Amino acid sequence: MTEPNNIPKNGAVPSDAECAAFQAQMPERIAAGENLEDNPHMLICERCRSLVHELEYIAEAARQLIPVEQEPREDLWNQIQLAIERGEA
Amino acid sequence: MLSGERLEDGEPKQSANLVEPGADSNLDSKLDTRPAGDSGDAQVLARAQAGDHVAFAQLYALHKRRVYSLCLRMLSNVAEAEDLTQEAFLQLHRKIATFRGDSAFSTWLHRLTINVVLMHLRRKGLNLISLDEALDPSPEYGPIRSFGAPDLRLTGSIDRMTLEKAVETLPAGYRLIFVLHDIEGYEHNEIATLLDCSIGNSKSQLHKARMKLREALRAPADEEVAK
Repeated sequence: MTEPNNIPKNGAVPSDAECAAFQAQMPERIAAGENLEDNPHMLICERCRSLVHELEYIAEAARQLIPVEQEPREDLWNQIQLAIERGEA
Repeated sequence: MLSGERLEDGEPKQSANLVEPGADSNLDSKLDTRPAGDSGDAQVLARAQAGDHVAFAQLYALHKRRVYSLCLRMLSNVAEAEDLTQEAFLQLHRKIATFRGDSAFSTWLHRLTINVVLMHLRRKGLNLISLDEALDPSPEYGPIRSFGAPDLRLTGSIDRMTLEKAVETLPAGYRLIFVLHDIEGYEHNEIATLLDCSIGNSKSQLHKARMKLREALRAPADEEVAK
């Protein structure tokens, strides 16, 4: 993917607009298989690095969610049984 | 729709592919670590396959929580989750004789349940996200929102309840991708097969889902900063 104008010149901190452009392109870059961590913008932009790390943190938190199993309402089995008897299964 | 076609933002495709329960998958190892009761219900399963209604009732008792909880997580709606739990067990009743044991029964039932949910979402059509989101699929990408509020990692603000509630608020399509990948442990290639989209599309949708979640998780902190 060609680099858009989201890398500041002269080693300056990226501007809001540069970050906005980069962040807007993230889905397409990810879809194309790019590793965002290797992107030149990411190498110099603490803000976008922080964003990506936050997303990874959210994913990690989700992975650690042990499924809490909840009970369906008690009479659901009666309904299923009736449906089976009616030949719906 | 053709395979690999782009998913609309946050929307499951109408032509979601239904994967045969028990299809080859690396999910067995992930799922078998959960309390599915597979080891203890082999006899019950065999009897249910032979048409024993009491055994089928026992299978229901063993697996109803997992099936219902999966439906609830994917749909965030109690009534729909109960309807689809019923539909999943009716399908199980119809198909149980075809279970050959190529995968763990819990894996097979898990996939069957996901297929039931996908079929339901397909029947419901694509009206799953608001018009605003459809017109402006990425309103959350302004970097300005990254300023001010502390980093979620630093605040340690993601507890179970907060995350569960945030997942519930996701548009259905985003929730589906997020639940399948980040919670249920499906790989992008598996999701692409299930939803009949490209792997890249699955990846980009997941990124957008996480961005939405981040927005929801940061909302309290952002409001605090705005005061």
